[in-house]
Amino acid sequence: MSETPDGDPVDADDVRHVAELARVDLADEEVAEFADQFEEILDYFAALDEVPETDEDTELVNVMRADEVREGLSQAAALSNAPDSEGGYFRGPRVS
Amino acid sequence: MSSDEFDVFLTETELSGADDGPLAGRTVAVKDNISTAGVTTTCGSATLADYEPPFDATVVERLREAGATVVGKTNMDEFGMGGTTETSAFGPTKNPVDPDRVPGGSSGGSAAAVAAGAADLALGSDTGGSVRNPAAFCGVVGIKPTYGLVSRYGLIAYANSLEQIGPIADTVADAATLLDVIAGPDERDATTRYDAADGGPDDHPAATTSYADAADGDAEGFTVGVPTELVEGAAEPVRETFHDGLDALRDRGVETREVSLPSVEHAVQAYYVIATSEASSNLARFDGVRYGESGDGGDWNESFAAAREAGFGPEVKRRILLGTFALSAGYHDAYYEKAQDARAWVKQDFDEALAETDVLATPTMPVLPPERGESLDDPLQLYLMDANTVPVNLANLPAISVPAGTADGLPVGCQFVGPSFGEAAVIRAASALEAAVE
Repeated sequence: MSETPDGDPVDADDVRHVAELARVDLADEEVAEFADQFEEILDYFAALDEVPETDEDTELVNVMRADEVREGLSQAAALSNAPDSEGGYFRGPRVS
Repeated sequence: MSSDEFDVFLTETELSGADDGPLAGRTVAVKDNISTAGVTTTCGSATLADYEPPFDATVVERLREAGATVVGKTNMDEFGMGGTTETSAFGPTKNPVDPDRVPGGSSGGSAAAVAAGAADLALGSDTGGSVRNPAAFCGVVGIKPTYGLVSRYGLIAYANSLEQIGPIADTVADAATLLDVIAGPDERDATTRYDAADGGPDDHPAATTSYADAADGDAEGFTVGVPTELVEGAAEPVRETFHDGLDALRDRGVETREVSLPSVEHAVQAYYVIATSEASSNLARFDGVRYGESGDGGDWNESFAAAREAGFGPEVKRRILLGTFALSAGYHDAYYEKAQDARAWVKQDFDEALAETDVLATPTMPVLPPERGESLDDPLQLYLMDANTVPVNLANLPAISVPAGTADGLPVGCQFVGPSFGEAAVIRAASALEAAVE
């Protein structure tokens, strides 16, 4: 299972693809290191293949509460850690 | 404040509590992933280096209402991801027992604070062993409560389905007293609710139990199950000290018997698939918009990816990527689905073993505390160090680590695991071992 579904072992392109999905830039050395480590770790994870299908006998119930207006953070407190804000809103990077 | 000889604190502070209460006059160190209003809370990560929560975690409110003074925020593996406190962006913590060795992790600063006397008590969080591991390595007591016993409101999440906040102290009685203070329902954490719906009990278990009273040193008549799979893998000096501890318990009227948990052979794999999958989702919030440093320039994808590259250390990146991989199209069934099957299997195994015993006993850690710098290079070897602690989180059960003695001059912890909401049983068993090895 250290192989991708198309049968290739984990390589630098796979790591770059996953890093792009996760929005984490990586240096080239990190890509190479992660490819080697993921190969080993995913190989170890492959033993999960032997696990029988098991139903969880769940005793959990949903707990609901009334949907009421209550006190929350002030706008100023919610924005207090933001690197940038404008007119009471978080200010983020441009969308495209 | 004392000098911080072992680098246990990331921030020293003094948040005083009520004039009286069960913790009046006691000092508490709080892990730096537990929110303290207006006091920097970094999670050991550069991305939160300047983050000041606008609110207190429920457990912090309860500490102060009980009379405790919070004296500092403790060092930890970044976001709780590690077992040595070496992945902290702010440098490692030293083990007070032997400063060349790691204190364990991820709550290494909390356990070291108690071991060094820098605080009377401490709070850690335990996702896969992060309270029990450093308690064992520093020679102190740590409790991982049943999932749902203690509020997670204000705990900055790594893997929500697995983690609980837990107490660390010098003695079982002190740890149990601290558990009495922090346990209980919280309307701000729905997983602590314990309703009478479907015939369940009316009260949250903490409302009707005194954990401190259970630390009476008397476990006579207890049956302790010893899972062979979790003893065989331990290093020989650890096994010897563990077996000496079992002998001491038998001398005090405890019966021991071997039990088997075949599912635990897959627990580490299941844990890392589930924990990294949850981490990949939880840590998506660190994009440099609401907190942290903004990534400079570009569109939002480029900016977020730059902020996250700069803000996260290698172990956090590794786990986010592994989790993203495990959840991605084509892999979800092979990894995440199978890991959930393994989790259900582990639960069944523990339930069966605990149906015929009062508690289970294992070495907490399969090894003695490593030297600093010894184990960081090989992530898989580090993950395998969690073999005895992660099954408990998968099964949502309570467990405690208590000193069982020393081997080669280093502390060895014994872990007791109990049935769901059976904290009193693991506390009683641990207090008996504590009394027996004194």
